[in-house]
Amino acid sequence: MSAVSRAAVEDFLFHEADLLDSWRLEEWAALFTEDARYLVPATDRPDDSPASSLYLIYDDHGRLVERARRLLKRAAHAEFPHSRTRHTVTNVRLLENGGDTARVSCNFVVYRSKREVMDIYPGRSEYELLVSDAAGFRIRLKKSVLDLEALRPHGKLSIIL
Amino acid sequence: MFDQPASDWLRDSVRDEKSRGVFRVHRRVFTEPGVLALERERIFDRCWLYLGHVSEVAEPGSFVARKVGGRPLIFNRDRSGAMHAFFNSCPHRGAMVCRERQGRSNGFVCPYHGWSFASDGRLTGQPLPESYAPDLRGDPSLNLHEVPKLAEFRGFVFVNFDGAADSLENYLAGACEYLEIVSQHGEAGMEILPGSQSYGARANWKLLQENSADGYHANTTHATYFAYVKARDGAVLNNYVRGGFGRVRDLGNGHAVSESVGATPWGRPVARWIPPWGEAGKAECDAIQRRMAARLGEERAEIICKGDRNLLIFPNLVVNDIMAVTVRTFSPVAPDRFEVEAWALAPKDESAFMRDMRLRSFLEFLGPAGFATPDDVEMLELCQQGYAACSAVEWNDLSRGVLDEDGPAPAKQDELQMRAFWRRWHSLMTGAAR
Ligand code: FES
Ligand SMILES: [Fe+2]
Repeated sequence: MSAVSRAAVEDFLFHEADLLDSWRLEEWAALFTEDARYLVPATDRPDDSPASSLYLIYDDHGRLVERARRLLKRAAHAEFPHSRTRHTVTNVRLLENGGDTARVSCNFVVYRSKREVMDIYPGRSEYELLVSDAAGFRIRLKKSVLDLEALRPHGKLSIIL
Repeated sequence: MFDQPASDWLRDSVRDEKSRGVFRVHRRVFTEPGVLALERERIFDRCWLYLGHVSEVAEPGSFVARKVGGRPLIFNRDRSGAMHAFFNSCPHRGAMVCRERQGRSNGFVCPYHGWSFASDGRLTGQPLPESYAPDLRGDPSLNLHEVPKLAEFRGFVFVNFDGAADSLENYLAGACEYLEIVSQHGEAGMEILPGSQSYGARANWKLLQENSADGYHANTTHATYFAYVKARDGAVLNNYVRGGFGRVRDLGNGHAVSESVGATPWGRPVARWIPPWGEAGKAECDAIQRRMAARLGEERAEIICKGDRNLLIFPNLVVNDIMAVTVRTFSPVAPDRFEVEAWALAPKDESAFMRDMRLRSFLEFLGPAGFATPDDVEMLELCQQGYAACSAVEWNDLSRGVLDEDGPAPAKQDELQMRAFWRRWHSLMTGAAR
């Protein structure tokens, strides 16, 4: 596998952001591999392992698919009617590149508006992307670390970062 | 504060008419700044408030800095092993002397002018001390100030800002029995796991206490969570008949518990198996219960392993022993805003496998990004926004099960657990109790 370009990785991350902002969440979940994980650590322990410390999100593939499905339901009350979100992705860097896996980091800011209140979620994500000529990129790991000391005043993280 | 007619209003803010089967709370208690000011004085300055768990300050020198009842505190263990709770405010001119959330240190140095304090709070140094009158050197009023009362029950540590307060055990009343149950999950004791869920809501703090053991909202607020569990494991919550998933007990002093054995669909790391845990998980759950039965007897082990409990300790502590154990405390910052700190409590001797299952289980429901808690936060905020109409729609109705509340089996879908809270709240706020 030849090395991937940063432009190609950025295109992929912008596509992911667009799926989330347009609430095409099942398509978002389909970006992930069967052994994928989506992680958000607690705001006070960003470097710990989810198997031994309490996280905010510790999804395996099954749960991230269900997270996406759940959020599309009318009874996912925190997101009904859907909030308006805008994911911006910047500072994309290729940390490891060349094999069938690319490790990528980026900065993000997610704006969420609901009931005329705007909450802002800034942070940094790390991705492990599976690279193939045929299928392009698939996500094996997405770990999003919030630059917040507490989810306040937000009160919840009911959207996908 | 309140002038005389307003005090009359406060007295009438809870309408407890048992004989008619009616219980109502006036919505102004969620919106009035004067109510919050009085709550600080009559509730948060007088009740025992949860500070932390002994496992958080296990080693000499370990400390945690956090707010309790709106006040910045340092919770620590000194070099000789004694626990303390200090106000995190320098006796000199007030700066917070401890700026880290947690750590280990033999003392604290105030960053402003450099006064230093030992881990037992004693003032040990002042730069340029010669300018102070001799009497002021070593004056104990210049030590870090200790919170008037600190006490522990089964690993749970509480403070009281009222030096004349009754003992913690008397205060906890019937809740002691349930804190004891949670403390018995692990043979080697319990510990708070690393990682705090720090969140909140744009709502009144009392709404979270009402919500935390409310069985009536499960099917509607959490429909998507139960659909998830049903699709995964085929298990359902029996919320279609009254009492179908448990009972409620008034534990005295405003505390209450809702409890059941075996009637809920989720898994329990101690120790009720669900299919995602596989055969190895099944064997481990069986072994946990067997060992517990040898330690505590068959009956107790069945209650602990197969049962669920949502424990409410007045005014602001919730210990939910459900798909994991969460310890959750919360404080008002304004009539329409509160802050929450929540942790996971687990047996110290838990296997790495079960610890992992516990954390996954915790997050399937609990916390600000779980499949349920965000919807609770949403409901509390919708209530708070609805109270903008409280001059027209004045009363909340909490009458479910009033006529049966003295009977043998008040149901979890009733509202006795909230009424226990409100009765205590009302008697403290009106000065009928202290
Ligand atoms: S305020 Fe702490 S040394 Fe002056
Ligand atoms: Fe709930």
